[in-house]
Amino acid sequence: MKKIEAIIRKSKFDEVKEALHKIEVNFFTYWDVTGVGNEKEGHVYRGITYSTSDIQRRYISIVVSDPFLEKTIDAIISAAGTGMVGDGKIFVSDIIETYRIRTKEKGNDAVN
Amino acid sequence: MDTNGVLDLMWVLICGILVFFMQAGFTLVETGFARSKNAGNIIMKNLMDFCIGSVAFWAIGYSLMYGDSISGFIGTPSLFFDSAADMHSLFFQTVFAATAATIVSGAIAERTKFTTYLFFSLLMTLVIYPISGSWVWNAGGWLAKLGFTDFAGSTVVHSVGGWAALVAAVMVGPRIGKYNADGTTNAIQGHSLMLGALGVFILWMGWFGFNPGSQLAISGDNAVAVAGIFITTNLAGASGALAAMFLTWMVYKKPDISMTLNGVLAGLVGVTAGCAAVSPVGAFFIGVICGIAVVFSIEFIDKKLKIDDPVGAISVHGVCGALGTLLVGVFATDGGLLYGGGFEKLGVQAIGVFSIAAWAIGTSFVVLFILKKAMGLRVTKEEEIDGLDIHEHGTNCYID
Repeated sequence: MKKIEAIIRKSKFDEVKEALHKIEVNFFTYWDVTGVGNEKEGHVYRGITYSTSDIQRRYISIVVSDPFLEKTIDAIISAAGTGMVGDGKIFVSDIIETYRIRTKEKGNDAVN
Repeated sequence: MDTNGVLDLMWVLICGILVFFMQAGFTLVETGFARSKNAGNIIMKNLMDFCIGSVAFWAIGYSLMYGDSISGFIGTPSLFFDSAADMHSLFFQTVFAATAATIVSGAIAERTKFTTYLFFSLLMTLVIYPISGSWVWNAGGWLAKLGFTDFAGSTVVHSVGGWAALVAAVMVGPRIGKYNADGTTNAIQGHSLMLGALGVFILWMGWFGFNPGSQLAISGDNAVAVAGIFITTNLAGASGALAAMFLTWMVYKKPDISMTLNGVLAGLVGVTAGCAAVSPVGAFFIGVICGIAVVFSIEFIDKKLKIDDPVGAISVHGVCGALGTLLVGVFATDGGLLYGGGFEKLGVQAIGVFSIAAWAIGTSFVVLFILKKAMGLRVTKEEEIDGLDIHEHGTNCYID
């Protein structure tokens, strides 16, 4: 089992979700995050120009069984990419065990 | 009482209700333009300045403004107003007094001690506002006799509030994090433009009581005059917003939301003095001039003078109030510069604007100086950073 964490553009979230559903990855968690990046965006508030390196992105966390790993990553990369700076990152890590609380199943059965 | 008398009295009361509701507008504008951690404190300031003002103005303020004038400078004081025939007048003038007081609140938002604000607000409605008001709106006032025109209070109400706000903002000092050591200015964004916008709409509506109500009658020919005032008032608010929007669009590349909201108020404040004396064209241009002036004034005060005014109260009420009063001398169809009246009217307007500014600035300074020595003006650094809600009032405005 692997955990895939992806930070993506908010504007690409719907496409990523659809791509994941297409490969039968139907369960995942996401939340909105703010991070600090290299790029600065210029803004004006009441005549004061300021720039911020704070960027808004969406964070997706998916736990999949090993056979799903590669196609999940492919789906995210192809759906979330624009080719421009700021498309995001994907992190993969090992998951030791997964339990489904209702049925007490564990392992791959509990993931999907 | 005859029907006309009843109509006039009712008109004053209805307009008084509209002006009362401007308190809600001021609360929303100030809350929206400030950070959420201070929203509860802003509620309390705006609620309590009205309550204090209602009591103070009834207790003595009204008589200092409208009692028999003593050599043109102050009304004869009498305590606890109770004249059955003039209760409508007390109500209408009370909501005006509270407007002048509440203007100060926005300029010193997010760092001022609650107790200090309450005392300042008390003195504002007890003496500062009524005395200068008597110069203009008391039939025996020295500016009234000079022919000074301030129909609904660009100077009497708004400028007095605006200049008091200027003194208060200077003496309290900027919010932590507003100015950098190298002289640059930071943007401290308000937490809800939606609240600010609702506040501006409510204020705009309130102005339809503020200006047309100042006719103080609606029977007979008054009705025609009142309808005209509706149009001059509305046009100036609209053209003020248009001017501010197009100016910020050109300068900042995008139409600025909070500045455009200020543009509405700038136009409305500006036309308040001359709403009964200028033509619709005149009102349109007063709005345009004030809408442009407010943007430059906010930037100048914020970046050059380094006076921290989160809502732009000094610019909207002080600067545009003064400017609008002066512009009566230019646009008044009777005696204005553009209508062949020469400079005489403009000169009288200037005397009124500057003498009332001097009064408001001088008295505010004395009051705030005493309050500073007696109890201090600012909250502690810790209270300011955590937010005034939790320290001054023991709870947050937004619980979850």
